[in-house]
Parts: sequence; structure tokens; C-alpha cells
Amino acid sequence: MRRLVMGVLTLVVVSVVVFLATQVLPGNAAFAVLGRGANPARLHALERQLHLNRGLVDQYWIWLSGLFTGKLGASLANGQPVWALVKPRLINSAVLVVVTGVIGALVGVGLGAAAALRKNGWFDHVTSVTALAVTSLPEFVVAISLIILLSTVVFHWLPAVSLLPPGTYAWSQPKLLILPVATLVIVIVPYIFRMMRAAMIEALESDYVEMARLKGVPEWRVVLVHALPNAIAPTIQVIGLNFLYLAGGVVVVEFVFNFPGIGQGLVFAVGNRDIPVVQFIVVVLAAFYVLMNIVSDVIALLATPRRRIVR
Amino acid sequence: MAVAAPSVPGTSASEAIRMARHPWLSAAWAAARTPRGAVGLSLAGAVVLIAVIGPFVAPQSPDALLTLTFAKPSGQFPLGSDFLGRDVMSRVLDGGWALLLMAALATAFGIVAGAAAGISAAYLRGRSDGLIMRTVDVILAFPQLVFALLLVSVLGPRLWLIVLAVGLSHAPQVARVIRSATLDISERDYVKVAELQGMRPRKIMTSEILPNLVSPLTVEAGLRLTYSIIIMAGLSFLGFGQQPPAANWGLMINENRVGLPLNPWAVIVPVALIALLTIGTNTFTDAFARVAIGIDRRPEESALIDELMPGVPR
Repeated sequence: MRRLVMGVLTLVVVSVVVFLATQVLPGNAAFAVLGRGANPARLHALERQLHLNRGLVDQYWIWLSGLFTGKLGASLANGQPVWALVKPRLINSAVLVVVTGVIGALVGVGLGAAAALRKNGWFDHVTSVTALAVTSLPEFVVAISLIILLSTVVFHWLPAVSLLPPGTYAWSQPKLLILPVATLVIVIVPYIFRMMRAAMIEALESDYVEMARLKGVPEWRVVLVHALPNAIAPTIQVIGLNFLYLAGGVVVVEFVFNFPGIGQGLVFAVGNRDIPVVQFIVVVLAAFYVLMNIVSDVIALLATPRRRIVR
Repeated sequence: MAVAAPSVPGTSASEAIRMARHPWLSAAWAAARTPRGAVGLSLAGAVVLIAVIGPFVAPQSPDALLTLTFAKPSGQFPLGSDFLGRDVMSRVLDGGWALLLMAALATAFGIVAGAAAGISAAYLRGRSDGLIMRTVDVILAFPQLVFALLLVSVLGPRLWLIVLAVGLSHAPQVARVIRSATLDISERDYVKVAELQGMRPRKIMTSEILPNLVSPLTVEAGLRLTYSIIIMAGLSFLGFGQQPPAANWGLMINENRVGLPLNPWAVIVPVALIALLTIGTNTFTDAFARVAIGIDRRPEESALIDELMPGVPR
């Protein structure tokens, strides 16, 4: 409950920061949008459209209530309502993030547990070094490498761009999802892997595992029932944190593959100085992060056997 | 704090004394001698070398339109030409230094701001701690790249703004790690002694606590440098860093990827340089962390395990 309150408070402050950053920083938004084409009449009209002629608190209030009622105003780039513009992108990105998260978590936990069980064996060494190398790579480097390898220079198996016909969603053409998902999975798995490996090694060396072994519990039961659940708890937090990386990572990856999600939307909006769209997408991403933080805290709490007993 | 560095054979006595006085230096030296550290240092060093001396040895002007677009490699143009017919070799040699400089500046800013916030929060406790850590929570709610994009959307792609935004977005992570390290140190006897002698809090923080944080700060700096390079290159790739016609590895990748089937080298070489650089810095940081702090994992990971699995012997 306390976490929830803190989360909501953080979000309120986030919204104020976003609002202040975009609305108040030097050179007001109307001027930024019109650029050199600004003349007093057009500037004035746009200021009225953006409510820039009102007081600061009024402006914030209009914008905040718009967030909840869906009346976010129109995109400055093409006049479409912001919500209509962002909604299909939001759905596409959600599909991308959920598919990536599920595959990434399974692969990461599996590899991490396997490496911990063969600590210092060849599998452990190979996976650990690979993980270290891959954590250092920017998303677009992974993405471009996959494109070079799988869709242009070496092989021609997969489409290099994930263009969707207007009005269709990501799931209608799963083949277009493969490369973006693969890129993001490669980016997040090393973190989950490293955490799972570290936590699993700690768990396997703990007193309760020792105890279980001495009692004569079969080894597979020791691993699956005694060690694994305790190792997964901290890993869940890292998986949660990885959704934050995903929130940032989708921006670049969607741009690389021309995937019509909110990340690509954000890049376009920043390029066009389309302030209302930028504001909305940034708040959505921040809200998503705060939510994920709370959810992963709660799940980690529920998943830790020791803490359940204490309660 | 620093695990006694393994004695390094083959160094003269005076050098040994100097290193004993500077545990940080001996840790860096020991890290560079581990296989991992050596690989990391030479990868990063090679790329830095290319970026720094590149502009002086570039065979052609990086901006001159010299040949056909996306020409294949030839004797005159060893890496072929780009989407406007410019020499890829010269642009690669010219395209790294600004990226590196911006990443280094952003890292320095993030480390200084984060360390100041983390030490103050942990040592002053109470209201300052609450205020600083809540600010940290708010900044953490923005993905780093998105934070920079938000500012760019208002002020345009200014380079100083990007350095500032990336640096600021590093500060919370640094502050968290340094805060937990400081909490531990501020309970030590020598800090208590200094307090009893009536030393002012600011002096205690800078002269009693800070010197003991050099190792974790170095690890953080290495990590943040890697992330800075990743974000800076990403912003350039998205078109919000240096503007054309500047040569920049991130920008080059995006400009030339339509020509992948014709001249892949215009993309492969900058991609490989960025990859080798970040792998290098990250690998060396990892080696340093193992030597200096004696851990097998990142500070943020061990903090999480401490928090969630108390009482597990390590």
C-alpha cells in the first residue's frame, strides 16, 4: 500500500516535470513548433490552441485532466487527435514488450540456473563471457547486426523492416515481429541471466539447501523446490527492471525496423517538435515503469518463501 | 575496503611503495593483468586510438563528394563510399572523437553529481536523505534515452544539452550505489573520531568518506561510460546528435543502412567500432570490479541480493 502511494506520488511529480520541461523551458512551445515560419498572428493562434495564454497552473490542470479524459488535443504535426494517433502504436508496442518479456525471462532464468548448476564448467564460462559482451552492446548494434546477418548481406530469410499496413496490428503478421523481438531478447537476457546465476549460486550454497541434501532429499528436488524459488525472487526484480530497459529499448529498435509502436512515434514526434505527442508518450512510458516497479516488488515479495512465512 | 592487491612481480621497490600508497592504481594495474582486463583494455584502447588520431591521418576530406554513391571498396577508397559518394574510410577516422568526448563529459558529470547526492543522502540522513532519494526516484522513472529525447524535443539537438541530459540521467544510479556504500563507511571508527574532533560535515564527507569510495566510484564510472557511449551513439543514430554533414559513427550507420546490399562496409565498420569500444570498456570495468571490490557481479545486483536474501552467507 505504501508502495502504491509512493508510486502515485512519483507519477504526479513526473507529470509536473514533463509538463514544466516541455511547456516552460526557454522559447515557448509555440515558437519551437513554428520555428522560422513564426509570425505574430500564427504565434498567437497557436498559443491559444496550446492554452499558452493561460496561467501556468491552469495550463497544467488542463493538460492533466486531458490525460485522464483522453482529450489530449491534436498533434501539431498533422492535426490528428493525440489519442487516436498513439493508441494503435501503444497496442503494437505492448505486444512487442510482452512477447519479448516472456521469452526473455524464460531464456534468462533457464540459462542462469543451468550455468549456476555447472558453476565454473565450460557452459558457465561460455555463457558468462557472452553475457558480459552482449550487455555492453547498444540495441541498434544488435539490430543492425541481425539485419546484416539474416535479412540483407549474408542471408535473406527475414524482412529487414516491419512495416505494417495501416489499420492492422502486430499480431496479424508474426513474421514481422521476429527480428524486433529477437533483438530485444538478446539485449535483456544477459541481465536476467547474470542475476539468476548469481542468486542461484547463493541459494545452492545456503544452509537450507545443505540441510535438504543432508536429509537425503533427491538432488532434482533440492534444485527445483529448495533452491530455484529462492533464487527467482531477486531475479524477478531484475526482470521488472528490464522492462525499464525495454521502455527505452523499444525506441531505438522500433525506429530501426520501422515498427509502428510508441517508440517510433516518439522519435518522429521529437523530430517534428510535436510537443503534445511527446508529452503523452513520455508520461505513458514513465507510468509503465512505475507500475512495473510496484508489480515486481509485490511479486518478489510473494515469491520469497521466507517472507511469506514471516507474514 | 580494497582487497589487498595481489603482489605484482617484476616491479621495482619504489614502484611497489607508490602502489601501496595508491590502492586504486594497483587495483587498476592488477585488473589490466588479468586476461579479461587485458582484453578489455586493449579493445577500448585500440578504438580510442583510432578515434583520437583518426582525424589527423584521414586520407581524404570527410565531407568531399568524391565518387559514386555506395561504391564498393577499391584501392583509392579502401572501405568504399557512402550514400553521397564520400570516402567511408575518412569518415570512420573522423567520426569517433566527438562521440567519445561527449560520452566522457556526460560520465564525469553523472559521477560527480551522483556521488555528491549519494554521500550527502547517506551522511546527512533525515530530511536531506528523503528529499534526495525521492528526486532520484523521479529521474529513474524516465528511461535514460527518453529523458534525453524529452529535452531535445524542446530545445533541439544541442550537443551540450545532450551531455547534460545523459549525465543527469546517470546520477540517480550512481547515487544509489554510493549511498549504500557511504552508509557502511559512516559507521566506521575513523569517521566517529573525526566527528568527535569537531570536524565539519562537509569536511568529513570530502576528506574522510570520499577517499574510501574511490573503488566503487571507479566501477560506477566504467559502467556509466559504457552506457554513455551506448546512449550517445543511439541518439546520433536516431538523428538527434551531431547533425549532418558531420561524420559520426552512429549517424553513419543510419545514413548508410539503405545501401547495405551495395556497400555493407559503410555500416559494418562503424557498428564494429562501437561494439568493440563498449565491449572493451565494460569488460575492463568487470575485471576492475573483481580485483578492487572482490565481487563477481555488478554493484546493483549485489545490492538487490542483500536486500532480498538477508542472512545468506557469502
